[in-house]
Amino acid sequence: MKKNIANGLTLAAIAVVFTGILAALVYIGVIDEYTAQILTLAGINIIVALSLNLISGFTGQLALGHAGFMAVGAYTTAVCIMKFNFPMLLAILTSGLVTAVFGLIIGFPTLRLRGDYLAIVTLGFGEIIRVIMINLEQITGGAAGLKGIPSFTEDILLAPALSMLWVFSVMIITIILMSNLIKSSYGRAVLSVREDEIAANSMGINVFYYKMYAFTISAFIAGVGGGLYAPFFGYLNPTMFNFLKSVDFLVIVVLGGMGSITGTVIAGFVLTYLQEFLRFLRDYRLVIYPLLLIFIMLFRPSGLMGNREISILALWQRLFKSDRTQSKVDKAGERQ
Amino acid sequence: MGFLHEFLQQMVNGLSLGSIYALLALGYTMVYGIVKLINFAHGDILMLGAFGGFFVLAAYGVTPLTFVLALLVGMIVCAVVGIVIEKTCYKPLRNAPRINALITAIGVSIFIENGARVVKVIGPNPKEFPTFKTVNFPIGDVNISQIQIIVFVVSIALMFLLTYIVNHTKLGKAMRAVSFDRPAAYLMGINVDWIISFTFALGSALAAAAGILFASAYPQVEPYMGIIPGLKAFVAAVLGGIGSIPGAMLGGFIMGIAETLTKGFISSQLADAIAFGILILILVVKPSGILGKNVSEKV
Repeated sequence: MKKNIANGLTLAAIAVVFTGILAALVYIGVIDEYTAQILTLAGINIIVALSLNLISGFTGQLALGHAGFMAVGAYTTAVCIMKFNFPMLLAILTSGLVTAVFGLIIGFPTLRLRGDYLAIVTLGFGEIIRVIMINLEQITGGAAGLKGIPSFTEDILLAPALSMLWVFSVMIITIILMSNLIKSSYGRAVLSVREDEIAANSMGINVFYYKMYAFTISAFIAGVGGGLYAPFFGYLNPTMFNFLKSVDFLVIVVLGGMGSITGTVIAGFVLTYLQEFLRFLRDYRLVIYPLLLIFIMLFRPSGLMGNREISILALWQRLFKSDRTQSKVDKAGERQ
Repeated sequence: MGFLHEFLQQMVNGLSLGSIYALLALGYTMVYGIVKLINFAHGDILMLGAFGGFFVLAAYGVTPLTFVLALLVGMIVCAVVGIVIEKTCYKPLRNAPRINALITAIGVSIFIENGARVVKVIGPNPKEFPTFKTVNFPIGDVNISQIQIIVFVVSIALMFLLTYIVNHTKLGKAMRAVSFDRPAAYLMGINVDWIISFTFALGSALAAAAGILFASAYPQVEPYMGIIPGLKAFVAAVLGGIGSIPGAMLGGFIMGIAETLTKGFISSQLADAIAFGILILILVVKPSGILGKNVSEKV
């Protein structure tokens, strides 16, 4: 138990140092603003993709409305900051909570049932939430969108570095929380639901409860991701959160491997960069993502990583610990 | 008087729109009944069918004869597309986890939409669909346009044809057998692959007809036109009881009428939301749908 805590702290420390260095590089100007922006966007994409992975990859329930959750989070943050003068952190947490409530409402009628109803209901939710955003003009600015959302800082020089610091910090917290969740008894229960609902049920696991649990947490994280998106972009518009945006996250999860946190992180960076890199293809870009989805499903349904993880800790121990512990560590690494 | 008149008028509009949803819902329900897959690409087949009809009508002008030709061309093209999609994308995944097939279906759907957008002859901009000049037949205070009559008659005819095929032909018997118990049907010497392909072809042909009728009633075609009707038709299929053919027809009509009544009496912007509301309601109250059977899960 103590070892776990120590390991967790080591990892957190590594992550903090890494993020700090990255932010410093952005501030000095070694990493230019454009690259910093892509990296930050990748961070947000990864947060939302991780939340999608929790429900689709780990729990096995396909959800197609995460852009809708993101929209709820983004608008909640924007309104909290602009109308009620919430501090940033509180606003982002509020947006997570509000989105989680939406998750509860959607999940309740659909997750009781077997089958693919969640996919179609979340898809419908993603479409409807856009209609609602357009019609609630006093709050959301309607189709014209919401302008002038304050950024993380008013200092223009500091903005890219600070945005990145915010997004990466939240991303790291999400990764740590999720990997701990998966290893906990709750996480095991969630995985068993994915593997076989009937077997899980007969082992005394309340399938509906655990699906709701995963879906609500997933909505919360997606809302937080949306909450970061609002101050990062400074402008919101309902069409930003259309169905194709939800599919972007699905592509990240599928490419990385459904049920792999590391995979999602890698795929998140790769695909966000690729999206910028492929700009020269113009409209043909639109065809690449769906083809990618189809081909991965046909030829390598496990994606890049399957449900394996890369563990920095295992790598660390392999490199620096004595031979005697080697074999043990290897086994632990494989299991992770 | 005003209320009754408006109500009857919206009922007429609803029946016409509902018959289109019913045609589309039939495809969802047949495919779901036979391979347990929500075919997300079904709405996009509607779009392809509408474009097939668009090219025929744009080339030869609008006469009753070319309209029938457009229907035939659209249906044949889409039947072929349906078979190709099934053979290349869904068949290899028949024994994979269900979520994989579902993701593939999403991929196919977006590929068709964005592919249509990229292709030069279709392009991203909405095009006007050539259609008959509207002639209204007033019955009392209620106006019925001849397009509404065409939509209704063609849909009903196709539904009768389908019901005949499913209930009274050897192929239909095989379809029912496969959907009832696939391994047993296979053991009885039914060519299961062929029957599944045939089901996709049938569903896609109906979707194409729905697309041409939809485009005649709302004369505009564009690559993303199939998404919302597709979603609503799926709700219709669930409402009627997914897997049940009469259920899909009933669900389609209910959806159409619910939508036009919402448009007439509440708000036109809420018309899309009403479908979603119905779906949530049906999932809470009776997930098996109006005509669906309650099937318990067996190990």
